[in-house]
Parts: sequence; structure tokens; C-alpha cells
Amino acid sequence: MGGFWLTALIFVPALGALGVLLQSDDDSVWLPAFIYSLIPLAISLYLFAIFDPSQAGYQFVERYAWIPQFGISYHLGVDGISLFLVILTTLLTTLSILYSGGGDIEMRPREFCFMMLILETGLLGALLAVDLFLFYVFWEVMLVPMYLLIGIWGHGRKIYATFKFVLFTMLGSLLMLVAILYLAGAARAQLGHLTFDLPDLYRVSLSPAESRWLFAGFALAFAIKVPMWPVHTWLPDAHTEAPTAGSVILAGIMLKMGAYGFVRFAIPLFPTVAIEAAPLFLALAVVGIVYGALVAMAQPNLKRLIAYSSVSHLGFVMLGVFAFDPQGLQGAIYQMLNHGVSTGALFLLVGMIYVRRHTFDISEFGGLWKSIPIYGAVFMVVMLSSIGLPGLNGFVGEFLILLGTYLHSERAAWVAVTGVVLGALYMLWTYERVMWGPITKSINSTLKDLTAREIAVMVPLIALMLLMGLYPRPLLDRMEPSVNLLLNRVAAAQVRLDRPRYSTVAALASQARSGRIQ
Amino acid sequence: MSHLTLSAINFSWLPILPLATVAAGAMAIMLIGAGVDDEDSASLGVLALITLLAAFVFTIFTLGENSLAFGGSLATDDYAAFFEIVILIATALTVAMSLDYVADEGMAGAEYYSLILFAAFGMMLMAAAGDLIIIFIGLETMSLAVYALAGFLRRDPRSNEAALKYFVLGAFSTGFLLYGIALIYGATGTIGLQPIRAALNNTAAANPLLLLGLGMMLIGFGFKVAAVPFHMWTPDAYEGAPTPVTAFMAVGVKLAAFAGFMRVFMVNLGPVSAQWTMVLWTIAALTMTVGNFAALVQQSLKRMLAYSAIAHAGYLLVAMAAAPRGMAGGAMLYYLIGYAFTNLGAFAIVIALERKGAGGAMLNDFRGLSRSRPGFALAMTLFMLSLMGVPPLAGFVGKFYVFSAALSAHLVWLVIIAALNSAVSVYYYARVIVVMYAQEEAAPAPRLAARPGLLVSVIVAVAGTVLVGLFPQPWLAAANSAYASAVGRSATRVAALR
Repeated sequence: MGGFWLTALIFVPALGALGVLLQSDDDSVWLPAFIYSLIPLAISLYLFAIFDPSQAGYQFVERYAWIPQFGISYHLGVDGISLFLVILTTLLTTLSILYSGGGDIEMRPREFCFMMLILETGLLGALLAVDLFLFYVFWEVMLVPMYLLIGIWGHGRKIYATFKFVLFTMLGSLLMLVAILYLAGAARAQLGHLTFDLPDLYRVSLSPAESRWLFAGFALAFAIKVPMWPVHTWLPDAHTEAPTAGSVILAGIMLKMGAYGFVRFAIPLFPTVAIEAAPLFLALAVVGIVYGALVAMAQPNLKRLIAYSSVSHLGFVMLGVFAFDPQGLQGAIYQMLNHGVSTGALFLLVGMIYVRRHTFDISEFGGLWKSIPIYGAVFMVVMLSSIGLPGLNGFVGEFLILLGTYLHSERAAWVAVTGVVLGALYMLWTYERVMWGPITKSINSTLKDLTAREIAVMVPLIALMLLMGLYPRPLLDRMEPSVNLLLNRVAAAQVRLDRPRYSTVAALASQARSGRIQ
Repeated sequence: MSHLTLSAINFSWLPILPLATVAAGAMAIMLIGAGVDDEDSASLGVLALITLLAAFVFTIFTLGENSLAFGGSLATDDYAAFFEIVILIATALTVAMSLDYVADEGMAGAEYYSLILFAAFGMMLMAAAGDLIIIFIGLETMSLAVYALAGFLRRDPRSNEAALKYFVLGAFSTGFLLYGIALIYGATGTIGLQPIRAALNNTAAANPLLLLGLGMMLIGFGFKVAAVPFHMWTPDAYEGAPTPVTAFMAVGVKLAAFAGFMRVFMVNLGPVSAQWTMVLWTIAALTMTVGNFAALVQQSLKRMLAYSAIAHAGYLLVAMAAAPRGMAGGAMLYYLIGYAFTNLGAFAIVIALERKGAGGAMLNDFRGLSRSRPGFALAMTLFMLSLMGVPPLAGFVGKFYVFSAALSAHLVWLVIIAALNSAVSVYYYARVIVVMYAQEEAAPAPRLAARPGLLVSVIVAVAGTVLVGLFPQPWLAAANSAYASAVGRSATRVAALR
């Protein structure tokens, strides 16, 4: 089944970007930009509806030769792992544009909408590409608008933040490019033709040393993007200085691209190395969880606090990924979506208060509950979702991840649980300092509550938090076949490796033998 | 060894038609120009453009010809045609962006345009050379014209300095090249490129005369492509020269130098590649690293682009170090197309922002360009991204092809060095973009009126940068078949000689 849905999904925003650019009047760009972002949202929801949950492989596949000389094809497809990230992307882009049009972005709105829509094209392309070359193209395309979003519409030390972001990500990308090329070269040596097609590349067998180096090349690029401790240092700067919509997309989707890269590329391409490296990545994930939480606690700046909480939350995602357990991996994907929804919502809320007070300092607030109760209520729900309160979305993901991890590495699970506790601690404490107590600054008593537009932005997110918290079945059902397919590859590699040195690995191998993973 | 007899010279016009057209145009412009005021020199520029167009059409006719003319001293193959076409396009864009510049700066139009055409003639001759003497003649014709062009702003001391530095060091390097040619002649007994290849196949490669000659020629070409450590002249010469001439030096001269360099080394000295690939490995690594790190601290755009040109020569040498195995030749040819469009475009923008008599544009002159000239800012962004190697632009696909060629020759470490270098280069290219978009204009700079020639060259450069990257297949095919025509003919000829 072919069709053109995925192509439409990717290029409608790009066409919209051109349309916005040609708009003569600067102030009337918001409505067309919003409509251009609604179309991909509608397409992605339609795809969700007609997605076949029983299939593990790619659906809606499109494939055309692009640069035949290098065996590069325009190969798109979506599976249970990428489907929800696609929907998250289209949703958050729409909400960001809706929100930004309400007064957050006053400078150069036309260029802003242009960047947002190009960014959406890059993100969707990277999520849907099945050809490594095509993936790399979109991977880079999505970075450029993000640089400019931070550089032009950012706050404070925006230039410094931009350069830090640029240099970190480009360093990772370029080394990944070398790894991609090497892999394609190996494919030519073995398969007889140069290819960048993912299913073809799965069949390439490499020497252990080669695999290790190539895995390292991919893993560095993705780890920077996640970001895993200790290559996370660009994140707080980029987040703090970025405009609200930039932070939402950066936290909501772009960070997921790192974890997605591990799941889609690094692990299935080099499963044996992934198994070998699992203890390292579990350790780094756990360090990230605890470190992120502790540093978040010490932040006086709201945005920086949320940025560090992202380091902690993404640690959970990586924990679930490298547990190589069906529950853990589903939980990790679920947690990616949760983090996108709840951290995206948090950044939007912080942006809303910034528009009113022009500061991110926690000490500037206090007692806001009295003056802006709707804001306080919304913030409460979002915060509880971020903490992982049962009944809201965060709980499902964290629970599955911890369950999956516990089966394979008790120690990692134990340490990670402290991260949950610390997370609750700093979020509640922050909430207390911002919302409760007496109003210490008189200006805070005259703040205006949420506008209709701001409520409209938050309602879909809160609805999602409830829906995903209470009824995760439709999502997990669609993920499961793809997740199992991936873990089968890992299990098969484990059998090949046949060296049950680590507890994770041993458990996995026994699972594979007992047939728990088909 | 065949002796040259008169009857062996199968005189035909077609192979030299493009060359002759450009040379005739250059002389005509000089003669007609004697009666044209310097203020009206744009008409001479248009004449130059017509000449180039005619030569372009004639070159198209030579495609697929694949023969030797004039007793083997001139090659009419797709390799020559490929380079001639790219050189003609680059020259035409240079002329287009010079039209108003030359008139504004009060430069002598007749001499300027005829020198440009003479230089182009030399470049094309280098691309079509069938023996070492033609390479030398082409190189000298090109260089002498460009020395004069570099010093064309007679009243500007920096322009004088540029010309003098370029001339002295250029003459020095020419000496090396000529000495190298002499030694190779001594080692092989011939100056014809194909007989050299044949001779190398038959004799041992360790002949000291040959090695010394190789080294000397490497130095000579190294100067012309601005490889480290022979790059010292580049920044000063690029900065001081009139900006359109700088563009011409960065693109045209580099194209021609690589055309000669590749033909001599990769094709005809291919049999002894073991003797020179390691040296090129080192030079490539040094060239990339020095170019990129020096570019980091430049405030003048022309100087930055000069160091960037050095760095890009380094990337090209990465592929060359992989030669003659695999796809390195095609990779370099493709890379050069993208390089030509992107750099010409970037220099065109620099010209647009230059203030009369104030020398080259500084980084600060780009502040707030996205507001004052959004079109130029967008074009410059594309050029910087292409130089950075961001897909889907021409620079990326070029880099991609070069890297894969080097990897297929197992030069893994060199490619990693190149990738790290690319990461470094992101800083100084991105800085231009950030300055244009994120910083506000200090004071509204006096902009010159719209210049149609400049505008056209920017548009062509943008189209080239985007299309060559987005739809690389036809260009790749052209590059590969061009390189194959040079190698294939040599190989078959060698086989016939055996």
C-alpha cells in the first residue's frame, strides 16, 4: 500500500513555509501559518485511524529512486514506534504556532512562522525516513531553523546558546555521517551495491571492532541530542534562551529524536554492540536521572529548572530503551510522548507567565494562585502529569520503564526510583514557591489570568494527559508489534553473541529461548 | 617512442574552437576598448559575456569527442569539456558581478575584461592539456593575467601588495613546477602525459629523478590550489585584490589548478600513486586544519572566505589522496561544481555590501542584513549552509561523495579528521548567519543602487547551489563520465602501446 500520505505530511509544512514567506503583510501571517500546520495534524490523525495495529513493519511505504548512483532512495514509512512521535510533532507545532501568535512573538512573525514550518518538515522527514541518507538530510534540515529560532527570537545570551547548540549537534552529526558512509561502503562490499536503505543495511555483517566504532559514531550523535549525561550541557543554555515555541519543540520533539535514533538506527543496526554497551548506557541514564533531578532542584530560574528536569526524564527514556525489555521499551516510547506533552505544556506555561512578568526567576513569584487561579489549576495538572501521578500519563510510562528495568537490572531500577522521588520533590517545591503563600511582589496581584487563546492551547494537552493516563491501550497496542520486532533482532544478536555476561543480557536470552519474545 | 612528424598533426579546428573563441574575444575587447570610456565599460563586459557564451556552445559540441589533437598535446575529451564548461560558467558569473563594480571603481574596463578572458583561456588550456608543456603554458597565461588583475586597484596599497605577493610567490612556484617537468622528462624521456603513463607502467617507480620531479610538481600545484604549507600568499592576495577578482581566483584559478593537478597526478602519474598518496594525505590533513582554524578568527569576509577556500582545497585533497582507486575522481569533479557556484555566490554578496573605496566587507557590515536586504541575507545563508555541508545543498552532496570516496579507499582517519574539521567550520560559517539574522544593524549603511549583473549572478549561484544539491544525479553522471573519459582514454592507449 503506497499512496502519498507521508509525502504530503512532510511537504505541506514546507509549502506552507513558502506561502507564509510570500505573504505581503507581516501581521496577518498567523492565521495561514496555523492552517498550514493544521493540515499535517489532520493527516497524521487520519493515519492513526487507518494504521493497522497488527503489522510490525512499515506502513504507508513510499519508495522512489533519488540518487541511484549511490543507491539512495526516497524511502518513507511509519511504524508503531514513529507513528506517535509524528502525531506529537504535528500537534505541538500547531499549538506552538497558535500560542506564539497570541503575543509571545512580536518581532518578525513572518520569518518565525517560516522557521516553525520548515522545522516541522525536518522533524517529520527524520521520523519517516527509512533511508539513512534521507534521514541524515532531514536530521540536518531540522537543526538549521532551530539555530535561528534560538538566535533570533531568544532571550539573554542567545548567541552563546546558539553556538553551543550548533557546535555540539554538528560535531555529533558529522561523525555520524562518517559512520553512515562507512556502513554504506561495507554494504557495497558485501551486497554488491551501494545502499542506504535501512532494511538492506540490517543485513550487513561487520567485524566486532567495526561495529563498535560505527555504533560509537551513531551513539554520540544521538546521545548529544537526547541529551545523556555528560553531553547534556548545551541543553540548559539552549532551553533557557530559546523562545517559548522553540523550547516546546526542542523539548517536545527534538530531544526525542535522539532516543528515536537509538531505537531506530543505532540498536537495530549494531545489536551486539548495543548489548555490550547496555551497562554503560544504563549507568549513564541513571546518572542522568539523579543528576538532572538534583541540579533542577537548585535552579532559581524556572526555565532552567524544566530544562534539567528534561535531562532527568530523558534518562528514564534511555533506561527503558537499554533495558531491552518489551515493557521497558514500550514504556520508553510512551515516556517520550509523555515528556513531549507535559514538558511542552510546562514550557508553554512558563512562556505565559514570562509574557506577563518578563522574568523566569522563581523568587519573583509567589502566591500566584490568588491572582490567577485558572493558570494555577492548569499548572497543577501539568505538574502532576510531569511528576507521574497515577491516572495521568506520566505514570504509565515511568511504571512500564521501571518494571522493564527491574526485571533485568534491579540496581538501576532502585536508583532510578530515587529520581522519581526527587522529581516529585522539586516539582512540588517549585509549585509551592510560585503558586502558594502570600503575594510578595505587588505586581503579581494584578496579573491577568489566562486568555481564551491560551486556554485553547492548553486544553488539548490536558485532555491528552488524562486520556493517555487512563486509557493507554490504543497506543500500546500499536507499538507492541514494532517493539517486539526490534527486540527480536536484539535477542537474535544475543544468541549469536552467546556470551551471557551481563544480567540484562542473560535474562533477555532466556526470554528469547522460552519464547516470551516471538 | 614515436617521433613527431608534420603529417602526424591532424589539424582540426573543433578542439581549439572554444579556446580560440575566448582568445579572440579577449583581443577584440582590448582593441575595441581603446575607444570606450572607462565609465561605459559595462558594454565591454557584455561583449565578454557573449564571447563566453559562444565558447560555451562550442564546448558543448566537443562533448563525446574523446580524441587527441596537435600530436597529442591537446586533449579533447569530456574531462576537458567538463572543466571548460564549469570554467566558462565561473568566468561568466565573474564578469556579470564585475559589470558595475569595474565602472564604480573607475577601473580600466578594456584591460580588465580582456585579462579576465585571457585568464579563462589559460584555465581552459590547463584543463585540455595533453602534455606538460601545455599545462605550463596554460598555467602561465592564467597566472600572468591574474597577477595583473589582483593589482588592478592601482591606488590601493593593499591591492598592490596582493599583486606583488601573488606574483613573487607564484613565480617561485612556477619555477618548482617547471623544474619538476624537466626532471620528469629526464626520468621518462617524454613530456606527453599519456606516454608518461605508459613509461611508468614499464619501468620501476623508484627512479630518484622521477621522485624528485614528482615532489617538485606537487609543490608547484600545491601553490596554485593553495594547499598548506604553500598557502601563505592566499589570504593577503584574496583580501587585497578587487573582490570580483578574488572570486575569480578562488573559483576559476582553483578549478584550473585542480584540472591540471588531477590530470597529471591521478590520471597520468596514477601508476606510481603509491609514491604520492601518503604525501597528499598529510597535506590534506594540514590544509583542512590550518584553513579552518585560521578562518575562525577572521573579521574580514574576504579573508574568511580565503581561509575557507584553503579548507575546501583540503577536502578535495582528501579525495585525491584516495586516488586513483574508486570514485575519487568523480567525487572531486562533482565537488568542484558545487564549490564554484557556492563561492561565486558568496563573493557576489560580499561585493554587494562593499562600500566604495573601503575595501572588503567586514563581518559587522552584515549586521541586520536580514532586515535591510532579506533576499541577499537568504542567499548568503544558503551559501554558508552549503559551505558548511548542510543537506540538501550542493556542498553537502559534494562532501558526502568525497568522504565516501575516501572511505572506500580505507582512509578512515583522514575522513574523521575531515569531519571534525567540518564541525569546526560550522562556527565561522554560522557566525555570518547569526550576524545577519540575530544582530541589529548598527547604522544604516549606504547601499548602492540595484545592480542587475550582480543580481543575476546571485540568482544563478543560488539556483546552482540548490539544484546541484537537490538533484545531484545528472551532475554526478557528468562528473563520473568526464573523469572516466580521461582515465579510460589513457588506459586504452596504454593497453594499445603494450
